[in-house]
Amino acid sequence: MSDKIPVTVLTGYLGAGKTTLLNRILTEQHGKRYAVIVNEFGEIGIDNELVVGADEEVFEMNNGCICCTVRGDLIRIIEGLMRRKGQFDAIIVETTGLADPAPVAQTFFVDADVAERARLDAVVTVADAKWLSERLKDAPEAKNQIAFADVILLNKVDLVDEAALADVEGRIRAINPSATIHRTQNCAIPIADVLDRKAFDLDRIMEVEPEFLEPGHHHHHDDEIDSFSFRAGEVNPDKFMPWISELTQTEGPNILRCKGIVAFPKEPKRFVFQGVHMILDGDLQRDWKPDEKRESRVVFIGRDLNERAIRDGFMACAA
Amino acid sequence: MSGTLTSIADQVRPLAAGAEVVGIAWLGEAPCFALADGTILRAPEGGETRAPAHPAGAILTAVSDAKRLVTAGDDGRVVETLPDGTSRVLAETGGAWVDALALHPDGAIGYAAGRRVTARDAKGRTRTFEAPSSARGLSFAPKGYRLAIAHYGGATLWFPNLEPKPDLLDWKGSHLDVVWSPDGRFVVTSMQENSLHGWRLQPDRGHMRMSGYTAKPRSLSWSFGGAWLATSGADAAIVWPFGSKEGPMGKAPRECGVRHARVTRVGFHPHVNVLAVGYEDGCVLLVRFDDGAELLARRPDEDKNPVTALAWDKAGGRLAFGCQDGAAGILTIA
Ligand SMILES: [Zn+2]
Repeated sequence: MSDKIPVTVLTGYLGAGKTTLLNRILTEQHGKRYAVIVNEFGEIGIDNELVVGADEEVFEMNNGCICCTVRGDLIRIIEGLMRRKGQFDAIIVETTGLADPAPVAQTFFVDADVAERARLDAVVTVADAKWLSERLKDAPEAKNQIAFADVILLNKVDLVDEAALADVEGRIRAINPSATIHRTQNCAIPIADVLDRKAFDLDRIMEVEPEFLEPGHHHHHDDEIDSFSFRAGEVNPDKFMPWISELTQTEGPNILRCKGIVAFPKEPKRFVFQGVHMILDGDLQRDWKPDEKRESRVVFIGRDLNERAIRDGFMACAA
Repeated sequence: MSGTLTSIADQVRPLAAGAEVVGIAWLGEAPCFALADGTILRAPEGGETRAPAHPAGAILTAVSDAKRLVTAGDDGRVVETLPDGTSRVLAETGGAWVDALALHPDGAIGYAAGRRVTARDAKGRTRTFEAPSSARGLSFAPKGYRLAIAHYGGATLWFPNLEPKPDLLDWKGSHLDVVWSPDGRFVVTSMQENSLHGWRLQPDRGHMRMSGYTAKPRSLSWSFGGAWLATSGADAAIVWPFGSKEGPMGKAPRECGVRHARVTRVGFHPHVNVLAVGYEDGCVLLVRFDDGAELLARRPDEDKNPVTALAWDKAGGRLAFGCQDGAAGILTIA
């Protein structure tokens, strides 16, 4: 895993400040070299041999399933970028404001050659503090981008007051309880808080406000997106693995994202997984720290999910 | 690997290419290695020279017809290198990556940058075609001036100098490399879905599905008579029978050089039924096709670097190969 190139997917609705962030990443001195894959109609005004345009066309996989899609041109571009291996430390994929993040994310799991060389580090979404609430009402793309995010930059916070900020954060949390939210102005944020996060932002699952983790508790409620997280102690891998794989196979089209950190009995390492629709990727990562509570936590974000069935299924995996 | 396998690895002249070998061409007596760092390494016996064919770029693809080596890169250039080592820029896209190339026996070339496909005839006249999605593979028909273009949803057959609308051979999925059988009867593509797809152009446009690979079959090589198509993408070279009018449908492919490692490159000998097989762990075998007898040309290396290119010289007496880490060699058959 260590020598796989980290990939950050950068999404955000039009005008939120995504280009500002990208320009900052490309021009600031931070000691890292990034290859940037931009959409053809992007606004990046920087001449850099490691900035390359890609076609955003979404390809269906040949399995007849509507949720199993990839960004075909991304596979081509990453194959080509690998000829310059050693000349960059990470890859950033910029998507247009209207893009669905799922095919981009899935590309890094579905294509074996890409998965061998690169790993999806995080989906970073730039949102406009002033307009996000409106966009969440009228633009399904904006909602998807929030639902998919591991890291959210709530940008232009200078344009709204604290009450409005608290409200928009509540709306974000209703869709995505576990993303890391940063409040920014002009996307001013240390680059390290956004790029090459490893599983760092996934750890937020463990820190989510307690009420979110009470079984079935909804803090805010979104009309369209269901999101919930559950907590259990140790779970039995012989029950948990078949359950999660069956769930993602049958409910895949409705699950936008799922993620979790899971404790297996007698296993010194944490099992960490994440999924996009039907695709599930997990492995044993670092050891549980001595002062860490060996708990299992899972988060599901999707549409038309049967919360009770998922909770009961998860709880039945208890060791 | 069996202990009785005969090794001819001591007949290899090793070479440090220094960067990933993207393609190899024999130009006269000189094997020429197109490298990912943009250089062409000429390595005739007794001397090596390097030429910066793409000074600011990486070579993305290379093709050769023994008269010249044509390379294309992420610098947007298409460059021709001749047997005397001289090179010239044939085309420049202004920076758009060129990652698909084809050569025509009469000197024409085809190249693609994203969706835009350009055919440049022997006189230097160019025609362009916008493919429905990025063009991934190109191949000229053996006769006539007609280019096959692989893309999402199938392959398009295009006559650059004629009026008729390009002809779409459709098949769902993402098509990558494309080859035309030497008799012009079949067009075959490799696919994202770890399979090959073929079209029988005569008499009926029949489809041929060739699946069961564990990886994308990105290396395709016709036997000297065109009766067999060898492919990579499995733990053996998978060789499909194309000798009959129907093609391989209903017939089982042969498996050559079965090992516990995936085949990454295949190259049929130019005059006999011997197949050179390169693996993901750096091993190279020669397999006599008729009885399956194997010779070891290169041992698997410790770092497990995949073989990325193979090329026989015109007479078939020497085989040049190269790997992802820049290791390379030239085998002389005694
Ligand atoms: Zn699906």
